[in-house]
Amino acid sequence: MKVELTPTDAPSIKSRPVYAALEPRPGKLHVIVADCQGAEAVTDMLAKANDRAEFLAAAHVMYCPGPAGVDLSARLEALGAAQFFRAPTIPALLPRLVRVLSDAHMGTQFYLAGTESLIGQAEREIMNTGFPFAAIQKEQRGSTLRRVQCVHCKGITENVATDPFKCSHCGLNLFVRDHYSRRIAAFQGVNIDAEDPGQVPESVVRFK
Amino acid sequence: MSLDFKFVPDDFGGFFRDETFRETFTYTNSNPRRFPFPFDRDDYMYSVNMEPHVPGRPGTAFEHMLDVDEHYIAEMIDRAKVLADDPLRCQSLPHMTLAGWDTLELIMEAKARDYPQWFSLTKDGNRWHWVNRPLGIEHSFTFLDESTLPYPPFEYIMRQTQGDWTLQDERDGTLWMDAGIATSQADWSVDFDVGMNFMEWHAPVPLAHEKGVFDRALKFLLKLQHGAPVRRFNWTMTVNPLLDTAPETYPRWGPMKASITPENLGAKQHLRVELQSLYRLPRSNAIAFDIRCYLCSFDQIVTVPKWARRLHRVVRDLPEELATYKGFIRNRPAMVEWLSRHDDGAPTSPGWWPDD
Repeated sequence: MKVELTPTDAPSIKSRPVYAALEPRPGKLHVIVADCQGAEAVTDMLAKANDRAEFLAAAHVMYCPGPAGVDLSARLEALGAAQFFRAPTIPALLPRLVRVLSDAHMGTQFYLAGTESLIGQAEREIMNTGFPFAAIQKEQRGSTLRRVQCVHCKGITENVATDPFKCSHCGLNLFVRDHYSRRIAAFQGVNIDAEDPGQVPESVVRFK
Repeated sequence: MSLDFKFVPDDFGGFFRDETFRETFTYTNSNPRRFPFPFDRDDYMYSVNMEPHVPGRPGTAFEHMLDVDEHYIAEMIDRAKVLADDPLRCQSLPHMTLAGWDTLELIMEAKARDYPQWFSLTKDGNRWHWVNRPLGIEHSFTFLDESTLPYPPFEYIMRQTQGDWTLQDERDGTLWMDAGIATSQADWSVDFDVGMNFMEWHAPVPLAHEKGVFDRALKFLLKLQHGAPVRRFNWTMTVNPLLDTAPETYPRWGPMKASITPENLGAKQHLRVELQSLYRLPRSNAIAFDIRCYLCSFDQIVTVPKWARRLHRVVRDLPEELATYKGFIRNRPAMVEWLSRHDDGAPTSPGWWPDD
């Protein structure tokens, strides 16, 4: 099978989320979830707030470092939000988000910033609670490493940099298809040498 | 149906074929002229190409709203095997149960109306009695009460219905594929796609977005009315009569694509046609999408001279992106070579029906 890899600078694919800059919006509670260089998207957004102190008094900030270790937590902690939490990783961050969601009322605004993996997984938790799509803003910053689900074994490989890559669960050689599922919060990985076993093109770094 | 069903091929006057879509691949069409050949001209490009889904010519796949053909029992046995291997092939998000009941009603009423010799539905208020004679099923149940059926309503009726189906919820000005079953699909994953909106699940299709095909199709579908279903064709190619070409099992069936030789091509290479129909559902306001798969070997297609000429020209002239997306780029040269021997260059008449 001939596999066409979409260049990373190609126009955005249709199932891939489109990201715009975060904008401060009126809300009773501002839930801010960020990782990696998403911290800078948050500080840029705050610079646009009419009443920064009022915004921060109703803000709950959750942050974790990026997959390559970029850690801007000190910058976010210094903002002085009503609540600030630093988690070591995304999986360690999500339980707190779920707990916060259980008390959140309509009128809550969500700001997600950083890697697609963080944005996707946080968005999935928020949508599971029934919050409207329109209450969630997303801005991608920093690492473009991908979270990829193997369509064959269903296992998810985090922080995929190369294409093709080896599934961390079943070991098949997968190419990263430009197809994104919000429900799974992952791109799709498909076996690249199914028709000609062993014929695997050389891996190239496509995501950093 | 379940896997403990015993198929007796001599029942029903021997109408239903005892055949397989795996391993031995004994599938074939008793009458290839019944096949819904999808090309109404000598070239092909994506288009919305919707038309009202109304009963058509007797003796064709269009005679009834739902076509129950000679492959019915064999397809349902194949589906039961796929679901036993991988239950993720049938999914319904929690808010889609009502749409599942709507679909069950649509199908039971159509089958009982059009095939009274095989199916019957009697209603006493919400107490319904359903008989599916080919599959040996008889159930009394309470409509809208899930506890009275052995499966959730969508899965229950899908185990008795040919074709992959998806159910689309309508909200935020688009359609969301929030339920679906896929055991006879052209390489798409219901597990991956459930929960996506219309543009998201069509994302991998080349060329069509740029042509505005999906924008127009979505606008059209949002206006779909209850009682006025529509249909269109899609098509691809499959080596061997494999119903289940799922991405999940691609490592198992992908190698078959490399098994084509000039000698076996006519028997092994199949044109795979999807007769797609769409129905607005009355209670849930969801849209049911039926993707019915028909397979016909090249050997059988070329028994109709007009189809032989036309298939050669379509396959030969298809843009490379489409042949790649449809997964037959590697075998296209061999297909064109084989088909060219059945194309004398004569003009073809418009429309898809055979000339004689």
